[in-house]
Formats: sequence, C-alpha cells, structure tokens
Amino acid sequence: MSVSEALKAVDAGSIGTVPGIVEDSTRRPLRGAAFLRRFGLGALGVLLLAVVWELYKALGPAEGVIVGGVTVLPRTTDLAMPHVVDMVGRLFEPVSSAANALPMWMAVLQASAFSLGVASVGWIAGVIVGLFLALLMQRFLTAEAALFPWIVLSQTVPLIAIAPLVRRWGAQIEIGSFEWEPWMSVALIASYLAFFPISIGALRGLNSPDTNHIELMRSYGVGWWTTLFRLRLPASVPYLLPALRLGAASAVIGTIVAEVSIGLRGGIGRMVVEFAAAAGGDPAKPYAPIFGAVLVGLVAAGFVSLIGVFLRRYRRGEVPA
Amino acid sequence: MTDQTTTPGAGAASGAASDAVSITGVSRVFTGRRGESTVTALDGIDLTVSPGEFVSLIGPSGCGKSTLLRLIADLDQPTAGEIRIFGKTAKKARLDQEYGIAFQQAGLLPWRSVAANIELPLQLHGMAAAGRKARTAELLELVGLGDFGSKYPDQLSGGMQQRVAIARALAESPNLLLMDEPFGALDEMTRERMQNELVRICGETQAAVVFVTHSIPEAVFLSNRVVVMSPRPGRIQGILPVALGSSGQRGEGLREADGFFDAVSEVRELLHGAPAEAGARGVENR
Ligand SMILES: Nc1ncnc2c1ncn2[C@@H]1O[C@H](COP(=O)(O)OP(=O)(O)OP(=O)(O)O)[C@@H](O)[C@H]1O
Ligand SMILES: [Mg+2]
Repeated sequence: MSVSEALKAVDAGSIGTVPGIVEDSTRRPLRGAAFLRRFGLGALGVLLLAVVWELYKALGPAEGVIVGGVTVLPRTTDLAMPHVVDMVGRLFEPVSSAANALPMWMAVLQASAFSLGVASVGWIAGVIVGLFLALLMQRFLTAEAALFPWIVLSQTVPLIAIAPLVRRWGAQIEIGSFEWEPWMSVALIASYLAFFPISIGALRGLNSPDTNHIELMRSYGVGWWTTLFRLRLPASVPYLLPALRLGAASAVIGTIVAEVSIGLRGGIGRMVVEFAAAAGGDPAKPYAPIFGAVLVGLVAAGFVSLIGVFLRRYRRGEVPA
Repeated sequence: MTDQTTTPGAGAASGAASDAVSITGVSRVFTGRRGESTVTALDGIDLTVSPGEFVSLIGPSGCGKSTLLRLIADLDQPTAGEIRIFGKTAKKARLDQEYGIAFQQAGLLPWRSVAANIELPLQLHGMAAAGRKARTAELLELVGLGDFGSKYPDQLSGGMQQRVAIARALAESPNLLLMDEPFGALDEMTRERMQNELVRICGETQAAVVFVTHSIPEAVFLSNRVVVMSPRPGRIQGILPVALGSSGQRGEGLREADGFFDAVSEVRELLHGAPAEAGARGVENR
C-alpha cells in the first residue's frame, strides 16, 4: 500500500493532491483507481511529448524556423533531432566501439547512481543546515533579522563562480587521515543550493501555528522546546514537504552542474559533457545521460514523497501550498 | 503566598486566598506605537469569583472581555492592579495548572486523534500512559463522545470539536475554567444543547467558571452572576445575581420560566445603559 502511494506521488511534483488519508478500507480500491489514472496521465504526457517531437521532425522545415535571423525552432535534420526510437534504441547499444564497452543503459544507470549518491549527501547536509537556520530564526527574532537577508543573498551567487573556489579550498583540507575528496566539493555545492528552500519553508512552517495554539501551550506552562516538538514541528510538515522536494530538485541540479564545473568523473554531469562532444557522429548518444538526469530527479522526488507518506498523519487539513 | 490585604470587591464571605479569582483595581492600557492612539481596554476592574461559581462576562464588542480573560489566564499582564487565583499570582496559577481554558475556536491539533487531543495537557505534564488513557475515556464519556476517541478533528462537526476542547480544558480537573465565547460559532440548537451539557459538567466537576459570551440568554441560563461591561474604557457596568437554582435544577424548562425572562430583561437594561444601583437588583422579583 505504501509502495503504491509512493509510486503515485512520484509522477506529479505537486503536494496536497494525495486525497484525504483515512484508515478506511473502502477507500483502497478507489485509491488504486486514482493511482492508475495518474500513472496513465503521466505516461500519456511522455507519449504526447514524443508525438510532438516526431510530428515537428516530420513536418517542420529542415532548416528550422528563423525569424529575423534568430532560430526560434530547431532544425529537423537527424543530426539536430534524432528519432525517439533511435534515442531509446541507443540505450541498448554499447557506449563506444571499444571491445569491453558497457551497454549504454548500464553506463547511464551507474552514472545516475553515482550522481544520486552525491546529491543525497548534499541534500542531507542542506536539510540539516536549513532546519538549523530555521530553528535559529524562529527562536530569536534578531537571528531572523540578521540571517534572512544573507540567506536570500547567498542564492544570487552564481554556481559557476563558487565551484572552483570550493574545489581549491577543499584541496587544502587535510585533517589526520581525512582527506577532502572532489565529490565532497560537489556535495557541498549541492547542499548550498538545497538549504535555501528548506530553511525558508521550514521557517514558514515553524511560524504557522496560530495564536490560539501558541497560547494554549503557554497556558500549559511549557517552554520553547516542548512547544517546538509538540506544536511547531508537527505543524510545519505541510510546509516542510514541498520545501524538501524543492531542496531535492536543487540538490540534483547542483550536483550535475557542479560535476561539470569541478570536473568530477563518474556522474551524469560529466557524461553529458563527454557525450555532447560525440553528437556529430552519433546524434542519439547525448540524449542517454539526459534520460539519466530525469531518472535521478524522479527518484529524488519519489523519495521525498515517501517521507510524506510516513508523515501523512501531520498532513491532515493540509492546504495545497 | 496568600494575600490578606486584597479585599474582594463583591464581598465574598471568606478571605481572598479562598476565592477562585480575585481581581482588584485592574487596568490594561494598550499603548499604541508610532502615532497610534492608546486604548484603555480595561479600567479599574474589581471582581471576585467564588469557588464553584459560574460568572459570565457580557458586553458590547471591544469592551475588554477577552482582555480580562487573558489577564486571568496570564496570557497578558495588567498595566495596574492585581489578580489572584486561589491566592496565587496569575503566573504561578498558570504554571501550577490551576485553570483550564477554551477559546472561541476549538483549537484542536489536527494531527492528533480526539483522544490524543484531550490527553495533550496530561502528556505535557508527565502523566503515565495508563493513567492518561483512563482519564481520557472518562472525559470522552463526560462530553458524550465515547465512541469518537480514535477519530480525527476534521472528522467531527463544529459542536463536537468544541466539546473535545472543553474536555481538554477539563482534563486536569482544574478548579477554574476560563471560556471565551466557546459556543460563538455554533448554531442555536447545538448551542442550547451545549449549554445544557456545560451546566451538567459544571455540576459534576464543581469548577468555578469565567465565561465570556455575547448572548444574554446564554449568560442568564448558565450563570450564578452576570457581569455586564461597558466599553471605552472597559468598565464593569453592573453585576446581576441570577438565582435560577443549582446546576441540577437548570433543565430545559428553565428557558421558559418567568424568572429567566425577568433576568434576561434586566441584563438587557443594564447593557443598554440604565445605571445600575449596587445591591439587591432583581433578586426580589422571584
Ligand atoms: N493586543 C492588543 N493591542 C492593542 N489593542 C488591543 C489588543 N487587544 C485588545 N485590544 C483592544 O482592547 C479593546 C478590548 O478588546 P477585547 O478583545 O478584550 O474586546 P472583547 O470585549 O473581547 O470584544 P469581542 O466581544 O468583540 O470579542 C479593544 O478596543 C481592542 O482594540
Ligand atoms: Mg473577545
């Protein structure tokens, strides 16, 4: 049951669409049907994309659509837009002509797993930092005044600018037997992107209980910590889940981009760059790592939805954010 | 701890320490910031509530009823004057859990089942699970929701939620119950049923009650005394004793009784500004 829940939640990015969760056995068949419908709609969306792609490729002008010297629609040659069938088929051919080359799908899966691992580390670090900052800002008004502008500003620094810095600083770290490795720089950058939505969402959630509830806790004579665990944290779940999902997406994007800027081997980011170079002779090849990136994003979003399933008790009366 | 210097204004027989609530010369001024005018929400309030007594606060909107209740609950502090609850300061009384409180909104935690909502104060104050369970079952029976313990607030009607909130306020058997328009959001029929239940519950628990309301019949039906307040600045216009019998005798029939209507019109007169003479108002009518 939780598996179907999770799968259902994977396909859509939206929270709050999972219908009221009541321990009512009569509802299960209905939920199964709803799941099938949503899964079907998701598959239909992908199919539609493929059809549009092929239609344009078949009917569009070979030179693309150019308005005033600007290409507004791409060329439809096999080089610019390979057939969908070729892109999928390419997954089942070897990566290269080398004798010991892996099949493409396996290489993509390996790279996806690598990137996912790095992104997870970054995401977890981002969650810890984001939650900590949110708690600090909730507890002390001065902390909010002092930190909030910096948190917002931090996100305006371009990733490309900080990536080399992080690598250089990291290279100088050596504590005992611990050595900073390049993948840690990538995870750090991922966490730098992930912590932002989490801290903002968590702060909003922690401040979400209404005065009524706050005063009730006060009337019970309990302190900030008890109020935190009994009231603020549970109340923040509906705000926290979309924030975690955004954070996961940011971590994945951050990982892939940082892999490129730092030059880390083994992940999707590097694969995208390498395969793009091969596009001339093998136009379907660059699309394989893109499928991998989509997969990583789906798994990350699915994982957050799974957390949402476990926390469903705290999502009663949830207002879609 | 006891405060012998405070003489209760309404002249209760015993000393201040044994009064459920004793309010002496209490004022609350909200000072406006940056050009906003200051509001005198309460001015020179004297009021005493005896143990087990049911006192209603009634008055036009903005006359400071909620403010007074919040002062008693130590959710806000008076600018001047003193509040004692069972001889303790308001803060000490809050920390000692001398009162239970219910607001206009039920204010249940949506992620907790009905039973878990009721046992929240017990849990926060470290009662063992077994004891909590027994007490919760007892309270669910008391408010007539015996079968609903495992339901969640969003599965209950507004009236049922309000009953859960009352059960929660009663959880630690407080000797004082503070209620701010708890039935304000309910329809007339549910409201009357809830009033009957509240009278019964108060009879059973022997708690003193300070009850804020906008409804004259509600105040008269429930109370031993009705405190009529006037706005700007918030003052006590008059206090009307209602002698309609003990909680056991207050049934549905009471609403049709002559004494009930007399008391209702007296409260109405007081509300509409006929200056009240201190002393035996109304009592001789019945
Ligand atoms: N926190 C506050 N800051 C400033 N003014 C306040 C505050 N709380 C209450 N007041 C003012 O105090 C006065 C009394 O408010 P209060 O809420 O006690 O009225 P009330 O009698 O409960 O009214 P109602 O019947 O509408 O609930 C009002 O004029 C209100 O504007
Ligand atoms: Mg009020």
